[in-house]
Amino acid sequence: MSGMVFEGTAHTYGRDVDTDVIIPARYLNTTDPDELAGYCMMDIDGDFAQRVQPGDIIVAGENFGCGSSREQAPVAIKAAGVACVVASSFARIFFRNAINIGLPILVCPGASEEIDTGDTVRVDMEQGVVTDLTSGKSFQAERFPEFMQEIVAAGGLMNHVREQLK
Amino acid sequence: MNITEKILARACGREEVTPGEFVNARLDLALANDITAPLSIKEFEAAGIEKVWDPERVVLVCDHFVPNKDIKSAEQAKIVREFARRHGLPHFYDVGRMGIEHVILPEQGLVGPGDVVIGADSHTCTYGALGAFATGVGSTDLAAGMATGEVWLRVPETIRFNYHGEPGRYVTGKDYILYTIGMIGVDGALYSAMEFGGEAISSLSMDGRFTMCNMAIEAGAKNGIVEPDAVTREYVEGRFGREAAYVQSDADADYAVVHDIDVAGIKPQVARPHLPSNSVAAEELADTVVDQVVIGSCTNGRIEDLRMAADVLRGRKAHPDVRTIVIPGSQAVYRQAVREGLVDIFIEAEAAVSTPTCGPCLGGHMGILAEGERCVATTNRNFVGRMGHTRSEVYLAGPYVAAATAVAGRIAVPEEVTA
Repeated sequence: MSGMVFEGTAHTYGRDVDTDVIIPARYLNTTDPDELAGYCMMDIDGDFAQRVQPGDIIVAGENFGCGSSREQAPVAIKAAGVACVVASSFARIFFRNAINIGLPILVCPGASEEIDTGDTVRVDMEQGVVTDLTSGKSFQAERFPEFMQEIVAAGGLMNHVREQLK
Repeated sequence: MNITEKILARACGREEVTPGEFVNARLDLALANDITAPLSIKEFEAAGIEKVWDPERVVLVCDHFVPNKDIKSAEQAKIVREFARRHGLPHFYDVGRMGIEHVILPEQGLVGPGDVVIGADSHTCTYGALGAFATGVGSTDLAAGMATGEVWLRVPETIRFNYHGEPGRYVTGKDYILYTIGMIGVDGALYSAMEFGGEAISSLSMDGRFTMCNMAIEAGAKNGIVEPDAVTREYVEGRFGREAAYVQSDADADYAVVHDIDVAGIKPQVARPHLPSNSVAAEELADTVVDQVVIGSCTNGRIEDLRMAADVLRGRKAHPDVRTIVIPGSQAVYRQAVREGLVDIFIEAEAAVSTPTCGPCLGGHMGILAEGERCVATTNRNFVGRMGHTRSEVYLAGPYVAAATAVAGRIAVPEEVTA
């Protein structure tokens, strides 16, 4: 994730966005990322999948991705073209899943209260800085522990495992 | 150290671990279901891995969308079935032999005290009731676990909950946990362990403990756990195939926070939509008319839960406007319910009794709600759209309240219908 800089339109949500609204269970009878992307955020933001543009950024409050362990949730977000998810905090399984599948995420308390849907947001993953280019405000994100940076550097967990098993 | 820290230390071959550090823990068991396993299998195979680390330790259960609810679900279950055959997995559970994963794993003695378990299902934390460390992960973590027999974990801080006093007549483990989540919130235990103890837990049955640990994830916890005692031993002995490690927390163990809760002050609880933390005393919701009642799930689908429901439903009928659905959590629970005459009571009460499935809990099948409909369920989540239409509502409760609600046609406590 280091070295990556994203710039896109913000889609802002409140706290406790659960994985059931990110990808409702009625669509879990497939693992196809593109199909899942078509239902992304459906139960919280009905036409998100139609509105979202490649490179857009999701900004949310505390406990993003709570509930079910379904990895289809970060998979759907990534396949929908979302570049990065910035949240005040993440539920732990969603956090692991995002790291494991290579969906960039940042823990950035306070950003969601200040960033509005439609604002243009710039995310510098290496510096951990989130800037709302529309309002000019900047926010400092938390750094990932080194342990997780290794997984990210390996290109996801399975690559990391493959190295281990060699 | 507390029990969670001791189990993790043992699993990574260390004398001691401290909260916040990252460890690689040896797994005793890795679990996935028909929703999460196909994605794990895809990752496993894409990485070119040919063998699971130990076929005896990989458990696959088709429980969410089975008996297959549609063609796509059938294709998913087929992927799981074929993988299980190809890798010679002895612990693969399919229709007719299966149950809800978190009901059958303890019941079949596949998980026991001291174990480290990951499951690609968030309610894997259920097994903490046995004094095991068990946590939910996603499909890729599970794929890595199936390949290596290990998982990376951040050692969690532990929040200790001491439950004191004598509970009221119809107060159950479900009421304790709903009350507790209401107290701390849906991220009140984020990344932490929830350790449940105190004399009210010592006198709680295994089934009640499973219910409590099951819902630790609804407070954001990594795991829920109960120190094993005589109740645990009685459940485990003659059932668990491996050697149990009965681990206890030290008297001077560290806790991030300690909560003391008097259970005498807990009334039967109901969590209103759309968060499990919206719990209030059931009696405060007496005007809430319902269309459906679901009794079952990994939270409350065990024999004791069905006995509680039958206690209320015996000799009574479900309200004409209520569709009542009872789902035993496993084939063994189903058979036991037949033997004890509970199924008869449910059918007399005009309830539907189904083969084990997660079905309605996650809005899969077997009881989907239409727009504007309301359900009282003994399940674990009441998020927007969880059981069907985004403008339907789920109220979470224990089996006593759910059964009383089925009879009354509105949210009710058992005393209202049994008096």
